[in-house]
Amino acid sequence: MSFISELASGPRKIAVTGPFGCGKSEFSVSLACALAGIGDMKTALCDLDIENPYFRSREMKAALEERGIEVFSDPFDGKNGSELQTISPKVKAPLENPMYRTVLDTGGDYTGAMVLNQFSRQLSDAVSILFVINKYRFGSDTVEKVKNQISSIESVTGLSVTGLVSNTHLIKETTLEDLLEGYEFALEAEKEPGIPLLCTLCPPFLAHEAEGKIPDLFPIGMYLRASYLDKRI
Amino acid sequence: MGKVLMKGNEAFAEAAIRAGCKCYFGYPITPQNEIPEYMSHELPKAGGAFVQAESELAAISMAYGAAAAGGRVFISTSSPGLSLMQEGLGFICSAEVPVVVLNVSRGGPGVGGIQPGQADYIQVTRGGYNGDCKIPVFAPAGIQECVDTIYKAFDIAEKYRNPVLIFADGMMGQMMEPVVLPEAKGITAVEDIPSVKPWAITGTDHHEGRNVVYSLRMQPDVLEAHVEHLFEKYDEAAKELVDYKAYSLDEAELVFVAFGTMSRLCMEAIEILGERGIKAGLIRPISLWPYPDAAFDLIPSTCKTVISTELNMGQMIFDVKNAVSGRFPVDFIGRTGGIVPSSLEIADRAEKILASRK
Repeated sequence: MSFISELASGPRKIAVTGPFGCGKSEFSVSLACALAGIGDMKTALCDLDIENPYFRSREMKAALEERGIEVFSDPFDGKNGSELQTISPKVKAPLENPMYRTVLDTGGDYTGAMVLNQFSRQLSDAVSILFVINKYRFGSDTVEKVKNQISSIESVTGLSVTGLVSNTHLIKETTLEDLLEGYEFALEAEKEPGIPLLCTLCPPFLAHEAEGKIPDLFPIGMYLRASYLDKRI
Repeated sequence: MGKVLMKGNEAFAEAAIRAGCKCYFGYPITPQNEIPEYMSHELPKAGGAFVQAESELAAISMAYGAAAAGGRVFISTSSPGLSLMQEGLGFICSAEVPVVVLNVSRGGPGVGGIQPGQADYIQVTRGGYNGDCKIPVFAPAGIQECVDTIYKAFDIAEKYRNPVLIFADGMMGQMMEPVVLPEAKGITAVEDIPSVKPWAITGTDHHEGRNVVYSLRMQPDVLEAHVEHLFEKYDEAAKELVDYKAYSLDEAELVFVAFGTMSRLCMEAIEILGERGIKAGLIRPISLWPYPDAAFDLIPSTCKTVISTELNMGQMIFDVKNAVSGRFPVDFIGRTGGIVPSSLEIADRAEKILASRK
């Protein structure tokens, strides 16, 4: 069974956690889009990032709504440009409604994951907690750091990380070797905390090359990154 | 060392640490908060000192003091914070103390907003400080370039005994890019400061008499002589530090002038215009003071308009007009308030301007 069908057949609440800048928001958007095509459940994306002022998944609200995905974030529905330290109470709606499959996009590190605590009642039954790893980020460049990150997130939220997601990349400069290096690193990281590696995120330009070389590839889009940011100058 | 993926602000802080920064003083302001946060946990590990000041006024004054004592000092802020630092910057120029200042700018005026802006152009190039002084200003257009600029800026600041300002907008602070970090230089030991910086206030153990770092000069002839001395330095700095890049100017019908994030948008707009059969080029000033006037001599006679393209209501355009000196019409494209236009919007507006100039 593919990563996405396995995830879809598990708990309907999926939280995406990990260190700062590991790619949680891009993954959350891609994940919500993939889940929206499965079965007859509704899909919601809750952007719970109260740390980052830019590059937040709520910026994709209009595009996601066109795909039938409901987006919940701050009380101003993402229209306020500030990094508000508040979350809309509406987030509880998809979490409590059994008709919704919900992706929770948290902020970085344990400080970002801490936001999940205010939904402890809604998350008291089954929830998948994914932890995203990019080996090229200083917060997760050693197995030791990954282990510490996971244990600090589990300790502040009281929730257990259920799966690892390998997202080692250098944006447009990512090569197959980078994906392979990240995959091997995630396998190392998988051993010690005993948390399974569920998938490796793969940018569209490497999809063909990586096919068959790395198991459980999941296509990651670049929804939040405007193309001009990758213009060489 | 291989490439790592870093957020702009993290990379800028790491670049300062690797350049041998001894002291960082900061006060939180978005969109540069990752810098003080990063400095708070990483600078002490490298042997430096992080102090969270109680305000930007305090931060610039602490920078003045620590730099006068011979430390390599780095401070960062965002637009309204830089406004608060203006008095201190003038004092530091007058006292001839090297400090590296990073402005990760946002929308204004006043408190404004936290989205990216370039509306501090006049503030950073002309200053809000009083008196006759100048501060070299660099406007890198990517994280790697900004890292390399910060790394070099400390040497420039010390050579000229003057502040050096790096003008990076909020987008560059918040976006991520693969970067290669430079080698760590290490912090100059306190006992070595008197030989490296013989002017610094290091006590009287190392030389005859005492060093005094000050800004007050009550006698007009003494003050005039001091300002003339400063301007001799500025003349030399203007020759050495001027920097720009020019792109696809050959047979260009229109030439964008843009710096920082806006220059990357213009690069994409040039491609869009190319698909429409319009030849467009770009002049990207890297030093905003000294302004690269000579770059404008490269504009070909095919050019119908030079378009200053900015994240503000038109501030660099005065320098563009000055550099163009009436040789070509000068037009403007801008957005403000934290709005970053799309490259398509820039291309569409440029095409309309070109049509009106033909």
